[in-house]
Amino acid sequence: MSEPPGATVTLTRSSSADEPSTPLTAQRVLPLRRPGRWIATAVVLVLVAQFVHGLVTNPFYQWDRWSYWFLRPTILDGLVITLEVTAYSAVLGLIGGIVLALARLSKSPVLRAVSWTYVWVLRSVPLIVVLIFLYNFSALYKTLSVGIPFGPAFFSFDESKLATDMVVAVVGLSLNEAAYAAEVVRGGILSVDQGQHEAAAALGLPKGYQFRRIIFPQALRSIVPNYVNQLIGLIKGTSLVFYVSLLDLFGSAQTMGSTYPGDIVPLLLVVTVWYLILTSVVSVIQFYVERHYARGATRSLPPTPLQRLRTGLTDLRARIRKEAAV
Amino acid sequence: MTAATLEALADVEAATVEVHDVHKWYGTHRVLDGVDLTVRPGEVTVILGPSGSGKSTLLRVINHLEKPEIGHVSINGELIGVKRHGDRLKELSERAILTQRGRIGFVFQNFNLFPHLTVLDNVAAAPVATGRLSKPEAQELARELLGRVGLADRTGAYPRQLSGGQQQRVAIARALALRPGVILFDEPTSALDPELVGEVLAVIKDLATSGTTLVIVTHEIGFAREIADRVVFIDGGRIIEQGPPSEILDNPRHERTRDFLSKVL
Repeated sequence: MSEPPGATVTLTRSSSADEPSTPLTAQRVLPLRRPGRWIATAVVLVLVAQFVHGLVTNPFYQWDRWSYWFLRPTILDGLVITLEVTAYSAVLGLIGGIVLALARLSKSPVLRAVSWTYVWVLRSVPLIVVLIFLYNFSALYKTLSVGIPFGPAFFSFDESKLATDMVVAVVGLSLNEAAYAAEVVRGGILSVDQGQHEAAAALGLPKGYQFRRIIFPQALRSIVPNYVNQLIGLIKGTSLVFYVSLLDLFGSAQTMGSTYPGDIVPLLLVVTVWYLILTSVVSVIQFYVERHYARGATRSLPPTPLQRLRTGLTDLRARIRKEAAV
Repeated sequence: MTAATLEALADVEAATVEVHDVHKWYGTHRVLDGVDLTVRPGEVTVILGPSGSGKSTLLRVINHLEKPEIGHVSINGELIGVKRHGDRLKELSERAILTQRGRIGFVFQNFNLFPHLTVLDNVAAAPVATGRLSKPEAQELARELLGRVGLADRTGAYPRQLSGGQQQRVAIARALALRPGVILFDEPTSALDPELVGEVLAVIKDLATSGTTLVIVTHEIGFAREIADRVVFIDGGRIIEQGPPSEILDNPRHERTRDFLSKVL
Protein backbone atom coordinates (compact mmCIF):
# COMPACT_ATOMS: atom_id res chain seq x y z
CA MET A 1 0.00 0.00 0.00
CA SER A 2 1.25 3.52 -0.71
CA GLU A 3 1.80 6.03 2.09
CA PRO A 4 -0.24 9.23 2.33
CA PRO A 5 1.33 11.60 -0.26
CA GLY A 6 1.48 14.53 2.20
CA ALA A 7 4.00 12.82 4.48
CA THR A 8 6.43 12.10 1.65
CA VAL A 9 6.31 15.69 0.47
CA THR A 10 7.14 17.17 3.93
CA LEU A 11 10.04 14.78 4.34
CA THR A 12 11.62 15.77 1.02
CA ARG A 13 11.13 19.42 1.68
CA SER A 14 12.73 19.44 5.18
CA SER A 15 15.87 17.62 3.99
CA SER A 16 16.26 19.84 0.92
CA ALA A 17 16.25 22.90 3.21
CA ASP A 18 19.68 21.90 4.66
CA GLU A 19 21.43 20.46 1.64
CA PRO A 20 21.78 21.57 -1.93
CA SER A 21 19.80 19.38 -4.31
CA THR A 22 22.86 18.19 -6.25
CA PRO A 23 24.56 15.10 -4.77
CA LEU A 24 27.72 15.90 -2.73
CA THR A 25 30.95 14.85 -4.42
CA ALA A 26 34.01 13.89 -2.39
CA GLN A 27 36.25 16.91 -1.83
CA ARG A 28 38.73 18.39 0.61
CA VAL A 29 37.19 19.87 3.81
CA LEU A 30 38.08 23.54 4.31
CA PRO A 31 39.83 24.11 7.65
CA LEU A 32 38.07 26.32 10.22
CA ARG A 33 39.37 29.93 10.32
CA ARG A 34 40.64 30.98 13.75
CA PRO A 35 41.04 34.80 13.91
CA GLY A 36 41.50 34.81 17.71
CA ARG A 37 44.62 32.73 17.39
CA TRP A 38 46.08 35.13 14.82
CA ILE A 39 45.49 38.13 17.08
CA ALA A 40 47.08 36.40 20.09
CA THR A 41 50.09 35.44 17.96
CA ALA A 42 50.56 39.02 16.79
CA VAL A 43 50.38 40.38 20.36
CA VAL A 44 52.94 37.87 21.62
CA LEU A 45 55.29 38.59 18.70
CA VAL A 46 55.21 42.32 19.45
CA LEU A 47 55.98 41.71 23.14
CA VAL A 48 58.87 39.37 22.26
CA ALA A 49 60.28 41.93 19.81
CA GLN A 50 60.12 44.66 22.49
CA PHE A 51 61.93 42.46 25.00
CA VAL A 52 64.70 41.48 22.56
CA HIS A 53 65.08 45.10 21.48
CA GLY A 54 65.51 46.17 25.11
CA LEU A 55 68.00 43.38 25.76
CA VAL A 56 70.16 44.48 22.83
CA THR A 57 69.94 48.28 23.08
CA ASN A 58 69.78 48.92 26.84
CA PRO A 59 73.31 50.08 27.84
CA PHE A 60 72.65 48.78 31.35
CA TYR A 61 73.47 45.22 30.17
CA GLN A 62 76.98 46.26 28.95
CA TRP A 63 77.29 43.49 26.33
CA ASP A 64 80.90 44.50 25.56
CA ARG A 65 81.82 43.70 29.17
CA TRP A 66 79.85 40.46 28.81
CA SER A 67 82.03 39.34 25.91
CA TYR A 68 85.11 40.37 27.88
CA TRP A 69 84.16 38.10 30.81
CA PHE A 70 82.47 35.18 29.01
CA LEU A 71 85.66 33.19 28.30
CA ARG A 72 87.93 34.65 31.04
CA PRO A 73 90.07 31.91 32.72
CA THR A 74 88.60 32.67 36.18
CA ILE A 75 85.09 32.07 34.84
CA LEU A 76 86.16 28.93 32.98
CA ASP A 77 87.90 27.59 36.12
CA GLY A 78 84.66 28.15 37.99
CA LEU A 79 82.78 26.35 35.19
CA VAL A 80 85.08 23.33 35.55
CA ILE A 81 84.45 23.25 39.31
CA THR A 82 80.69 23.41 38.68
CA LEU A 83 80.92 20.54 36.19
CA GLU A 84 83.07 18.44 38.50
CA VAL A 85 80.87 18.94 41.55
CA THR A 86 77.74 18.25 39.48
CA ALA A 87 79.15 15.10 37.90
CA TYR A 88 80.37 13.55 41.16
CA SER A 89 77.21 14.45 43.06
CA ALA A 90 74.92 13.25 40.26
CA VAL A 91 76.59 9.82 40.14
CA LEU A 92 76.99 9.39 43.90
CA GLY A 93 73.49 10.76 44.49
CA LEU A 94 71.97 8.30 42.01
CA ILE A 95 73.83 5.34 43.51
CA GLY A 96 72.74 6.45 46.98
CA GLY A 97 69.21 6.92 45.68
CA ILE A 98 69.08 3.38 44.25
CA VAL A 99 70.32 1.91 47.55
CA LEU A 100 67.81 3.97 49.54
CA ALA A 101 64.96 3.04 47.17
CA LEU A 102 65.78 -0.67 47.43
CA ALA A 103 65.94 -0.36 51.22
CA ARG A 104 62.59 1.40 51.21
CA LEU A 105 61.04 -1.38 49.08
CA SER A 106 62.65 -4.21 51.03
CA LYS A 107 60.74 -6.54 53.31
CA SER A 108 62.84 -5.59 56.36
CA PRO A 109 61.02 -3.03 58.52
CA VAL A 110 64.33 -1.72 59.88
CA LEU A 111 65.72 -0.96 56.41
CA ARG A 112 62.43 0.63 55.42
CA ALA A 113 62.42 2.83 58.51
CA VAL A 114 66.05 3.91 58.13
CA SER A 115 65.53 4.77 54.47
CA TRP A 116 62.32 6.67 55.23
CA THR A 117 63.99 8.62 58.05
CA TYR A 118 66.98 9.52 55.88
CA VAL A 119 64.75 10.86 53.12
CA TRP A 120 62.60 12.69 55.65
CA VAL A 121 65.55 14.43 57.32
CA LEU A 122 67.51 15.31 54.18
CA ARG A 123 64.46 16.61 52.37
CA SER A 124 63.53 18.74 55.36
CA VAL A 125 66.90 20.37 55.98
CA PRO A 126 67.89 23.12 53.51
CA LEU A 127 70.89 22.21 51.38
CA ILE A 128 72.82 25.25 52.57
CA VAL A 129 72.44 24.10 56.18
CA VAL A 130 73.75 20.64 55.27
CA LEU A 131 76.75 22.17 53.49
CA ILE A 132 77.69 24.53 56.31
CA PHE A 133 77.18 21.72 58.81
CA LEU A 134 79.63 19.54 56.91
CA TYR A 135 82.03 22.45 56.59
CA ASN A 136 82.21 22.58 60.37
CA PHE A 137 82.19 18.82 60.68
CA SER A 138 85.89 18.55 61.49
CA ALA A 139 85.22 20.59 64.60
CA LEU A 140 82.64 18.01 65.73
CA TYR A 141 84.63 14.89 64.88
CA LYS A 142 88.40 15.34 64.86
CA THR A 143 89.25 11.97 63.32
CA LEU A 144 87.42 9.39 61.24
CA SER A 145 88.39 5.77 61.77
CA VAL A 146 87.55 2.42 60.24
CA GLY A 147 87.33 -0.51 62.65
CA ILE A 148 85.02 -2.63 64.76
CA PRO A 149 82.00 -0.58 65.84
CA PHE A 150 82.57 0.64 69.39
CA GLY A 151 85.85 -1.36 69.32
CA PRO A 152 89.43 -0.81 68.16
CA ALA A 153 90.14 1.14 64.99
CA PHE A 154 92.21 -0.14 62.04
CA PHE A 155 92.71 3.14 60.17
CA SER A 156 92.27 6.71 61.26
CA PHE A 157 92.04 9.83 59.13
CA ASP A 158 92.62 13.34 60.18
CA GLU A 159 89.33 14.97 59.37
CA SER A 160 90.73 18.32 58.40
CA LYS A 161 93.00 16.74 55.76
CA LEU A 162 90.26 14.50 54.37
CA ALA A 163 87.60 17.17 54.17
CA THR A 164 88.79 19.49 51.44
CA ASP A 165 86.32 22.08 50.19
CA MET A 166 85.64 19.90 47.16
CA VAL A 167 84.91 16.83 49.33
CA VAL A 168 82.61 18.81 51.59
CA ALA A 169 80.73 20.18 48.58
CA VAL A 170 80.37 16.79 46.85
CA VAL A 171 79.40 14.96 50.04
CA GLY A 172 76.83 17.58 50.95
CA LEU A 173 75.24 17.70 47.52
CA SER A 174 75.29 13.90 47.20
CA LEU A 175 73.59 13.41 50.57
CA ASN A 176 70.90 15.84 49.52
CA GLU A 177 70.63 14.48 45.98
CA ALA A 178 70.34 10.88 47.21
CA ALA A 179 67.24 11.72 49.24
CA TYR A 180 65.45 13.08 46.18
CA ALA A 181 66.85 10.43 43.83
CA ALA A 182 65.56 7.74 46.21
CA GLU A 183 62.00 8.91 45.62
CA VAL A 184 62.54 9.17 41.86
CA VAL A 185 63.97 5.65 41.69
CA ARG A 186 61.29 4.24 43.98
CA GLY A 187 58.59 5.79 41.80
CA GLY A 188 60.24 4.30 38.72
CA ILE A 189 60.40 0.82 40.22
CA LEU A 190 56.78 1.02 41.34
CA SER A 191 55.74 2.06 37.83
CA VAL A 192 56.84 -1.32 36.43
CA ASP A 193 53.87 -3.64 36.02
CA GLN A 194 53.46 -6.32 38.71
CA GLY A 195 53.22 -8.89 35.90
CA GLN A 196 56.87 -8.25 35.05
CA HIS A 197 57.95 -9.21 38.58
CA GLU A 198 55.76 -12.31 38.36
CA ALA A 199 57.04 -13.34 34.94
CA ALA A 200 60.65 -12.92 36.06
CA ALA A 201 59.95 -14.96 39.20
CA ALA A 202 58.05 -17.64 37.26
CA LEU A 203 61.01 -18.09 34.89
CA GLY A 204 63.28 -18.61 37.89
CA LEU A 205 65.57 -15.72 36.93
CA PRO A 206 68.10 -15.03 39.71
CA LYS A 207 67.13 -12.10 41.95
CA GLY A 208 69.99 -9.83 40.85
CA TYR A 209 69.30 -10.51 37.18
CA GLN A 210 65.63 -9.73 37.70
CA PHE A 211 66.51 -6.30 39.01
CA ARG A 212 69.36 -5.42 36.63
CA ARG A 213 67.94 -6.76 33.38
CA ILE A 214 64.16 -6.84 33.76
CA ILE A 215 62.88 -4.35 36.33
CA PHE A 216 65.44 -1.53 36.38
CA PRO A 217 65.66 -0.98 32.59
CA GLN A 218 61.89 -0.59 32.49
CA ALA A 219 61.91 1.64 35.57
CA LEU A 220 64.46 3.89 33.85
CA ARG A 221 61.79 4.99 31.41
CA SER A 222 60.12 6.96 34.16
CA ILE A 223 63.31 7.57 36.18
CA VAL A 224 65.18 9.38 33.38
CA PRO A 225 62.88 12.41 32.90
CA ASN A 226 62.45 12.84 36.64
CA TYR A 227 66.12 12.42 37.40
CA VAL A 228 67.13 14.88 34.68
CA ASN A 229 64.78 17.37 36.28
CA GLN A 230 66.62 16.66 39.52
CA LEU A 231 69.96 16.98 37.75
CA ILE A 232 69.10 20.43 36.41
CA GLY A 233 68.20 21.46 39.94
CA LEU A 234 71.56 20.08 41.04
CA ILE A 235 73.51 22.07 38.43
CA LYS A 236 72.02 25.24 39.81
CA GLY A 237 72.24 23.94 43.38
CA THR A 238 76.01 23.74 43.02
CA SER A 239 76.06 27.54 43.20
CA LEU A 240 75.59 27.11 46.97
CA VAL A 241 79.08 25.61 47.30
CA PHE A 242 80.29 29.22 47.17
CA TYR A 243 79.33 29.29 50.86
CA VAL A 244 81.80 26.54 51.69
CA SER A 245 84.49 28.61 49.97
CA LEU A 246 84.59 26.64 46.72
CA LEU A 247 84.76 28.91 43.69
CA ASP A 248 82.34 27.45 41.18
CA LEU A 249 80.89 29.28 38.18
CA PHE A 250 78.65 31.47 40.32
CA GLY A 251 81.34 31.87 42.99
CA SER A 252 83.95 33.14 40.50
CA ALA A 253 81.48 35.62 39.02
CA GLN A 254 80.53 36.76 42.51
CA THR A 255 84.19 37.27 43.48
CA MET A 256 84.93 39.17 40.26
CA GLY A 257 81.79 41.21 40.88
CA SER A 258 83.06 42.38 44.26
CA THR A 259 86.40 43.32 42.68
CA TYR A 260 84.77 45.10 39.71
CA PRO A 261 81.44 46.35 41.10
CA GLY A 262 80.56 48.04 37.80
CA ASP A 263 80.52 44.67 36.03
CA ILE A 264 78.00 42.88 38.23
CA VAL A 265 75.23 42.83 35.61
CA PRO A 266 77.37 41.51 32.72
CA LEU A 267 78.90 38.95 35.10
CA LEU A 268 75.44 37.72 36.10
CA LEU A 269 74.57 37.51 32.41
CA VAL A 270 77.73 35.46 31.78
CA VAL A 271 76.64 33.04 34.50
CA THR A 272 73.08 32.94 33.13
CA VAL A 273 74.26 32.08 29.62
CA TRP A 274 76.59 29.36 30.92
CA TYR A 275 73.81 27.79 33.00
CA LEU A 276 71.53 27.97 29.92
CA ILE A 277 74.15 26.15 27.88
CA LEU A 278 74.59 23.47 30.56
CA THR A 279 70.86 22.74 30.88
CA SER A 280 70.50 22.71 27.09
CA VAL A 281 73.25 20.10 26.77
CA VAL A 282 71.59 18.02 29.48
CA SER A 283 68.23 18.28 27.69
CA VAL A 284 69.73 17.07 24.41
CA ILE A 285 71.36 14.13 26.19
CA GLN A 286 68.03 13.44 27.91
CA PHE A 287 66.26 13.19 24.55
CA TYR A 288 68.61 10.50 23.30
CA VAL A 289 68.70 8.59 26.60
CA GLU A 290 64.90 8.57 26.73
CA ARG A 291 64.77 7.44 23.13
CA HIS A 292 67.13 4.58 24.01
CA TYR A 293 64.93 3.40 26.86
CA ALA A 294 61.76 3.78 24.79
CA ARG A 295 62.76 0.70 22.78
CA GLY A 296 59.88 -1.74 22.95
CA ALA A 297 57.67 0.63 24.93
CA THR A 298 56.26 2.28 21.83
CA ARG A 299 55.67 0.69 18.47
CA SER A 300 58.08 3.08 16.78
CA LEU A 301 60.73 5.35 18.28
CA PRO A 302 60.18 9.13 18.34
CA PRO A 303 62.11 10.78 15.47
CA THR A 304 65.35 12.62 16.19
CA PRO A 305 65.33 16.38 15.42
CA LEU A 306 67.27 15.68 12.20
CA GLN A 307 64.73 13.07 11.07
CA ARG A 308 61.91 15.45 11.96
CA LEU A 309 63.52 18.22 9.90
CA ARG A 310 63.92 15.88 6.95
CA THR A 311 60.28 14.65 6.99
CA GLY A 312 59.16 18.26 7.54
CA LEU A 313 60.98 19.38 4.41
CA THR A 314 59.60 16.46 2.38
CA ASP A 315 56.06 17.25 3.54
CA LEU A 316 56.50 20.92 2.72
CA ARG A 317 57.81 20.12 -0.77
CA ALA A 318 54.88 17.74 -1.37
CA ARG A 319 52.40 20.38 -0.22
CA ILE A 320 53.89 23.07 -2.44
CA ARG A 321 53.79 20.72 -5.41
CA LYS A 322 50.14 19.85 -4.69
CA GLU A 323 49.15 23.52 -4.32
CA ALA A 324 50.96 24.32 -7.57
CA ALA A 325 49.10 21.52 -9.34
CA VAL A 326 45.74 22.89 -8.13
CA MET B 1 74.05 -27.08 16.24
CA THR B 2 76.05 -27.51 19.43
CA ALA B 3 75.64 -30.45 21.76
CA ALA B 4 74.28 -28.25 24.53
CA THR B 5 71.55 -26.84 22.31
CA LEU B 6 70.64 -30.28 21.03
CA GLU B 7 70.36 -31.48 24.55
CA ALA B 8 68.23 -28.46 25.40
CA LEU B 9 65.91 -29.33 22.55
CA ALA B 10 65.67 -33.03 23.35
CA ASP B 11 62.38 -34.26 24.72
CA VAL B 12 62.04 -33.65 28.40
CA GLU B 13 60.64 -36.31 30.64
CA ALA B 14 57.09 -35.35 31.52
CA ALA B 15 56.56 -34.64 35.19
CA THR B 16 54.09 -35.85 37.79
CA VAL B 17 52.41 -33.10 39.78
CA GLU B 18 50.94 -33.82 43.19
CA VAL B 19 48.95 -31.35 45.24
CA HIS B 20 48.35 -32.49 48.82
CA ASP B 21 45.55 -31.02 50.92
CA VAL B 22 46.37 -27.40 50.03
CA HIS B 23 44.69 -24.60 51.97
CA LYS B 24 45.18 -20.95 51.12
CA TRP B 25 43.44 -17.90 52.47
CA TYR B 26 43.75 -14.14 52.10
CA GLY B 27 42.82 -12.62 55.44
CA THR B 28 39.66 -14.45 56.39
CA HIS B 29 38.73 -15.34 52.82
CA ARG B 30 39.39 -18.97 51.99
CA VAL B 31 40.61 -19.30 48.41
CA LEU B 32 41.65 -22.94 48.53
CA ASP B 33 40.01 -25.24 51.00
CA GLY B 34 41.77 -28.59 50.98
CA VAL B 35 42.65 -29.38 47.38
CA ASP B 36 44.10 -32.76 46.44
CA LEU B 37 45.12 -33.33 42.86
CA THR B 38 47.43 -35.72 41.06
CA VAL B 39 48.48 -35.11 37.47
CA ARG B 40 50.19 -38.06 35.84
CA PRO B 41 53.13 -37.65 33.46
CA GLY B 42 52.04 -36.50 30.01
CA GLU B 43 48.49 -35.94 31.15
CA VAL B 44 46.56 -32.87 29.99
CA THR B 45 44.42 -31.54 32.82
CA VAL B 46 41.94 -28.74 32.29
CA ILE B 47 40.70 -26.85 35.35
CA LEU B 48 37.25 -25.27 35.04
CA GLY B 49 35.31 -23.20 37.49
CA PRO B 50 33.46 -19.93 37.98
CA SER B 51 35.51 -16.79 38.52
CA GLY B 52 36.75 -16.51 42.09
CA SER B 53 36.60 -20.27 42.53
CA GLY B 54 40.34 -20.52 43.22
CA LYS B 55 41.43 -22.12 39.95
CA SER B 56 44.14 -19.53 39.16
CA THR B 57 45.35 -19.63 42.76
CA LEU B 58 45.66 -23.41 42.54
CA LEU B 59 47.81 -23.03 39.41
CA ARG B 60 49.99 -20.41 41.09
CA VAL B 61 50.43 -22.59 44.16
CA ILE B 62 51.90 -25.31 41.94
CA ASN B 63 54.95 -23.17 41.01
CA HIS B 64 54.93 -21.42 44.40
CA LEU B 65 54.01 -17.97 43.10
CA GLU B 66 51.52 -18.27 45.97
CA LYS B 67 52.50 -19.94 49.23
CA PRO B 68 49.90 -22.35 50.62
CA GLU B 69 49.12 -21.87 54.31
CA ILE B 70 48.67 -25.60 54.79
CA GLY B 71 49.58 -28.50 52.54
CA HIS B 72 52.26 -28.94 49.92
CA VAL B 73 52.95 -29.52 46.26
CA SER B 74 55.48 -31.88 44.78
CA ILE B 75 56.72 -32.36 41.24
CA ASN B 76 58.29 -35.73 40.47
CA GLY B 77 58.33 -36.30 44.22
CA GLU B 78 60.34 -33.14 44.93
CA LEU B 79 58.64 -30.74 47.31
CA ILE B 80 58.12 -27.26 45.82
CA GLY B 81 59.04 -24.20 47.87
CA VAL B 82 59.55 -26.15 51.07
CA LYS B 83 61.79 -28.86 52.48
CA ARG B 84 61.10 -31.58 54.97
CA HIS B 85 62.67 -31.17 58.35
CA GLY B 86 61.74 -34.23 60.38
CA ASP B 87 57.97 -34.01 60.55
CA ARG B 88 57.73 -30.34 59.63
CA LEU B 89 57.92 -28.32 56.45
CA LYS B 90 60.34 -25.39 56.29
CA GLU B 91 60.36 -22.68 53.68
CA LEU B 92 63.15 -22.90 51.10
CA SER B 93 65.50 -20.01 50.36
CA GLU B 94 64.42 -17.67 47.60
CA ARG B 95 67.32 -18.82 45.45
CA ALA B 96 66.30 -22.48 45.80
CA ILE B 97 62.69 -21.66 44.91
CA LEU B 98 63.84 -19.78 41.80
CA THR B 99 65.90 -22.80 40.76
CA GLN B 100 62.84 -25.04 41.12
CA ARG B 101 60.70 -22.64 39.08
CA GLY B 102 63.30 -22.83 36.34
CA ARG B 103 61.89 -26.27 35.51
CA ILE B 104 58.20 -25.32 35.58
CA GLY B 105 56.70 -23.50 32.62
CA PHE B 106 54.08 -20.86 33.34
CA VAL B 107 52.03 -18.99 30.74
CA PHE B 108 50.13 -15.92 31.93
CA GLN B 109 46.78 -14.57 30.83
CA ASN B 110 48.40 -11.20 29.97
CA PHE B 111 51.53 -12.77 28.39
CA ASN B 112 53.85 -10.66 30.59
CA LEU B 113 56.57 -10.58 27.97
CA PHE B 114 59.48 -8.26 28.74
CA PRO B 115 58.65 -5.23 26.56
CA HIS B 116 62.19 -3.85 26.42
CA LEU B 117 63.70 -7.07 25.05
CA THR B 118 63.32 -8.45 21.55
CA VAL B 119 61.27 -11.58 21.02
CA LEU B 120 64.49 -13.58 20.70
CA ASP B 121 65.92 -12.21 23.96
CA ASN B 122 62.64 -12.84 25.77
CA VAL B 123 62.93 -16.53 24.94
CA ALA B 124 66.69 -16.75 25.45
CA ALA B 125 66.77 -14.83 28.77
CA ALA B 126 66.08 -17.64 31.23
CA PRO B 127 68.60 -20.24 29.96
CA VAL B 128 71.30 -17.55 29.91
CA ALA B 129 70.42 -15.98 33.27
CA THR B 130 70.42 -19.35 35.02
CA GLY B 131 73.73 -20.27 33.40
CA ARG B 132 72.35 -23.35 31.66
CA LEU B 133 73.35 -22.24 28.16
CA SER B 134 75.78 -19.72 26.70
CA LYS B 135 74.25 -16.75 24.94
CA PRO B 136 74.73 -18.08 21.37
CA GLU B 137 73.40 -21.50 22.41
CA ALA B 138 70.36 -19.96 24.07
CA GLN B 139 69.66 -17.83 21.01
CA GLU B 140 69.90 -20.88 18.79
CA LEU B 141 67.45 -22.67 21.06
CA ALA B 142 65.17 -19.61 21.05
CA ARG B 143 65.15 -19.52 17.21
CA GLU B 144 64.27 -23.20 17.14
CA LEU B 145 61.41 -22.77 19.64
CA LEU B 146 60.08 -19.64 17.91
CA GLY B 147 60.01 -21.66 14.69
CA ARG B 148 57.99 -24.28 16.51
CA VAL B 149 55.32 -21.72 17.47
CA GLY B 150 55.34 -20.29 13.95
CA LEU B 151 57.23 -17.04 14.63
CA ALA B 152 60.62 -17.74 13.07
CA ASP B 153 60.38 -14.47 11.11
CA ARG B 154 59.62 -12.20 14.11
CA THR B 155 62.71 -12.85 16.26
CA GLY B 156 63.92 -9.23 16.06
CA ALA B 157 60.58 -7.61 16.87
CA TYR B 158 59.65 -6.12 20.23
CA PRO B 159 56.59 -7.65 21.96
CA ARG B 160 54.38 -4.56 21.53
CA GLN B 161 54.86 -4.78 17.77
CA LEU B 162 53.09 -8.16 17.78
CA SER B 163 49.43 -9.12 17.94
CA GLY B 164 48.09 -10.64 21.15
CA GLY B 165 48.09 -14.11 19.65
CA GLN B 166 51.70 -13.76 18.54
CA GLN B 167 52.71 -12.45 21.97
CA GLN B 168 51.12 -15.42 23.68
CA ARG B 169 52.93 -17.78 21.31
CA VAL B 170 56.22 -16.07 22.23
CA ALA B 171 55.29 -16.54 25.89
CA ILE B 172 54.79 -20.26 25.23
CA ALA B 173 58.19 -20.46 23.51
CA ARG B 174 59.70 -18.65 26.51
CA ALA B 175 58.19 -21.26 28.84
CA LEU B 176 59.46 -24.07 26.60
CA ALA B 177 63.01 -22.68 26.80
CA LEU B 178 63.06 -23.83 30.43
CA ARG B 179 62.74 -27.45 29.22
CA PRO B 180 59.89 -27.82 31.66
CA GLY B 181 58.50 -31.16 32.76
CA VAL B 182 55.16 -29.46 33.22
CA ILE B 183 53.64 -26.29 31.76
CA LEU B 184 50.93 -24.38 33.60
CA PHE B 185 48.58 -22.17 31.56
CA ASP B 186 46.57 -19.48 33.35
CA GLU B 187 43.67 -18.60 31.02
CA PRO B 188 46.01 -18.33 28.02
CA THR B 189 43.35 -17.08 25.61
CA SER B 190 41.21 -14.85 27.84
CA ALA B 191 42.99 -11.62 26.87
CA LEU B 192 42.82 -12.32 23.12
CA ASP B 193 40.51 -11.09 20.40
CA PRO B 194 38.25 -13.97 19.30
CA GLU B 195 39.94 -14.40 15.92
CA LEU B 196 43.37 -14.85 17.58
CA VAL B 197 42.33 -17.58 20.01
CA GLY B 198 42.69 -20.36 17.45
CA GLU B 199 46.40 -19.85 16.74
CA VAL B 200 47.28 -20.07 20.46
CA LEU B 201 45.09 -23.12 21.04
CA ALA B 202 46.76 -24.80 18.03
CA VAL B 203 50.17 -24.39 19.67
CA ILE B 204 48.90 -25.76 22.99
CA LYS B 205 47.33 -28.68 21.18
CA ASP B 206 50.65 -29.40 19.52
CA LEU B 207 52.27 -29.48 22.98
CA ALA B 208 49.53 -31.75 24.30
CA THR B 209 50.26 -34.37 21.66
CA SER B 210 54.02 -34.12 22.26
CA GLY B 211 53.61 -35.69 25.70
CA THR B 212 54.43 -32.79 28.04
CA THR B 213 52.37 -32.60 31.23
CA LEU B 214 49.98 -29.67 30.91
CA VAL B 215 47.69 -28.05 33.47
CA ILE B 216 45.38 -25.52 31.84
CA VAL B 217 42.93 -23.10 33.40
CA THR B 218 40.56 -22.03 30.63
CA HIS B 219 37.03 -21.06 29.72
CA GLU B 220 37.24 -22.71 26.30
CA ILE B 221 34.95 -25.67 26.92
CA GLY B 222 35.20 -26.94 23.33
CA PHE B 223 38.97 -26.91 23.57
CA ALA B 224 38.85 -28.75 26.90
CA ARG B 225 36.66 -31.45 25.37
CA GLU B 226 39.11 -31.80 22.49
CA ILE B 227 42.44 -32.06 24.29
CA ALA B 228 41.85 -32.79 27.98
CA ASP B 229 42.58 -36.21 29.41
CA ARG B 230 40.91 -35.00 32.55
CA VAL B 231 38.66 -32.13 33.48
CA VAL B 232 38.67 -30.83 37.05
CA PHE B 233 35.74 -28.69 38.17
CA ILE B 234 36.50 -26.42 41.09
CA ASP B 235 34.22 -24.12 43.07
CA GLY B 236 34.54 -22.36 46.41
CA GLY B 237 38.16 -23.48 46.71
CA ARG B 238 37.28 -27.19 46.51
CA ILE B 239 37.39 -29.74 43.74
CA ILE B 240 33.75 -30.59 43.11
CA GLU B 241 34.35 -33.37 40.63
CA GLN B 242 36.91 -34.60 38.15
CA GLY B 243 37.10 -37.12 35.37
CA PRO B 244 37.37 -37.54 31.59
CA PRO B 245 35.73 -34.73 29.59
CA SER B 246 32.95 -37.00 28.35
CA GLU B 247 31.93 -37.54 31.95
CA ILE B 248 32.34 -34.06 33.43
CA LEU B 249 31.23 -32.00 30.46
CA ASP B 250 28.44 -34.21 29.17
CA ASN B 251 27.16 -35.99 32.28
CA PRO B 252 28.12 -33.93 35.30
CA ARG B 253 26.95 -35.48 38.54
CA HIS B 254 26.94 -32.34 40.65
CA GLU B 255 24.39 -29.56 40.60
CA ARG B 256 27.09 -26.86 40.70
CA THR B 257 28.92 -28.30 37.68
CA ARG B 258 25.67 -28.48 35.71
CA ASP B 259 24.87 -24.94 36.75
CA PHE B 260 28.28 -23.66 35.62
CA LEU B 261 28.22 -25.51 32.31
CA SER B 262 24.74 -24.25 31.51
CA LYS B 263 26.08 -20.70 31.82
CA VAL B 264 29.21 -21.05 29.71
CA LEU B 265 28.04 -23.41 26.96
